[in-house]
Amino acid sequence: MAEKIKLKEVFFNPFSKNNPVIVQILGICSVLAVTAKLEPSIVMGFSVIAVLAFSNVIISLIRNTIPTNIRIIVQLVVVAGLVVVVNQLLLAFAYDVAMQLSVFISLIITNCILMGRLEAFAMANRPWPSFLDGVGNGIGYALILIIVGFFRELLGSGTLLGYQVVPDAFYEAGYVNNGLMILPPMALILVGCIIWVHRSFNKDIEG
Amino acid sequence: MENFNIFIRSIFVDNMIFAYFLGMCSFLAVSKNVKTAFGLGLAVTFMLAITLPINYLLNTYVLKEGALAWLGPEYAHVDLSFLSLIMFIAVIASMTQLVEMTVEKFAPSLYASLGIFLPLIAVNCAILGGSLFMQQRDFPSVGTSICAGIGWGIGWVLAITAIAAIRERLANYSKIPKPLQGVGITFILTGLMGIAFMSFLGIKI
Repeated sequence: MAEKIKLKEVFFNPFSKNNPVIVQILGICSVLAVTAKLEPSIVMGFSVIAVLAFSNVIISLIRNTIPTNIRIIVQLVVVAGLVVVVNQLLLAFAYDVAMQLSVFISLIITNCILMGRLEAFAMANRPWPSFLDGVGNGIGYALILIIVGFFRELLGSGTLLGYQVVPDAFYEAGYVNNGLMILPPMALILVGCIIWVHRSFNKDIEG
Repeated sequence: MENFNIFIRSIFVDNMIFAYFLGMCSFLAVSKNVKTAFGLGLAVTFMLAITLPINYLLNTYVLKEGALAWLGPEYAHVDLSFLSLIMFIAVIASMTQLVEMTVEKFAPSLYASLGIFLPLIAVNCAILGGSLFMQQRDFPSVGTSICAGIGWGIGWVLAITAIAAIRERLANYSKIPKPLQGVGITFILTGLMGIAFMSFLGIKI
């Protein structure tokens, strides 16, 4: 790399200015699928941070030896291997959550953020910046996941992390949980609203 | 007749985008104008139509429990289904690479406008999802998987073309608040169309 990459920007940009979900529009499927409750959203966020950081490092280390024509297969094999490791770790140390998430952890393989970052960053940069890029983007992804999960669980089930937070008095007064929040379309509309708010503060982002 | 039913079902009732919300990433990013959207849609349809039958054969003759019985009676109890995710992904990835090279060679303008989303077809959840549904629902024959694959592909094309057309109109004729323009409104639109498509759920053909 001839030009110097600013490590700080690589790490902090994905939090808000270049967020993978709401600016780069990657990894939407899992945002819709796992965010009906808050707890799976958090676990999913951390799993993606781990897989993304390490796959970025591995691909970056071997980037000069990968033939261009089969790079997609190589990338997917690396990601698939790491996903299996994360899945086994979750099964060992957080069994309950792993059972809730089982399918979606496997679906990290098809999370576009991974392929997007591997193609766009790790294939062209050295391991250390790639690691920071992976962690940064993972955190950006986790942030959105947690925000969406928070609102969907609060409005859809009246609970947070499984504890009831909407007091019983509200239900007696006629308050009803919004069942629509549990359904996937509402996640889309919520993400749309987050983008709306985010863009009103960051006017320079092109739609 | 049954294959035809599955074909129609895959387009409307089991629509990949509005019923399962699979393949959203490229759907949202490439739906800016109808022409590119249609091109990507065709690529996805093609991929689904190829990978589904291949994965079906792989599943029936290699991966499923007892699938290796044709090798000899001692293989009858081998169950390789834990390998299915990796095998499916490998098939899909190699097919994507093939399609990418073909498009680059024969349609360079389409290649340029699809950008990073062409390699991303490999991780398009709609395609892996198709193969996983095929395995889960135990399709009876290769014909069924081809029909379902083409049906899901056409459903995907329909959805992305519809959204792209709406977005083209929105860009010209409506007053959307500035921060909501572009991706924001597309999310909300897709959500609304998803709610509309939920009325197809439960229809049995």
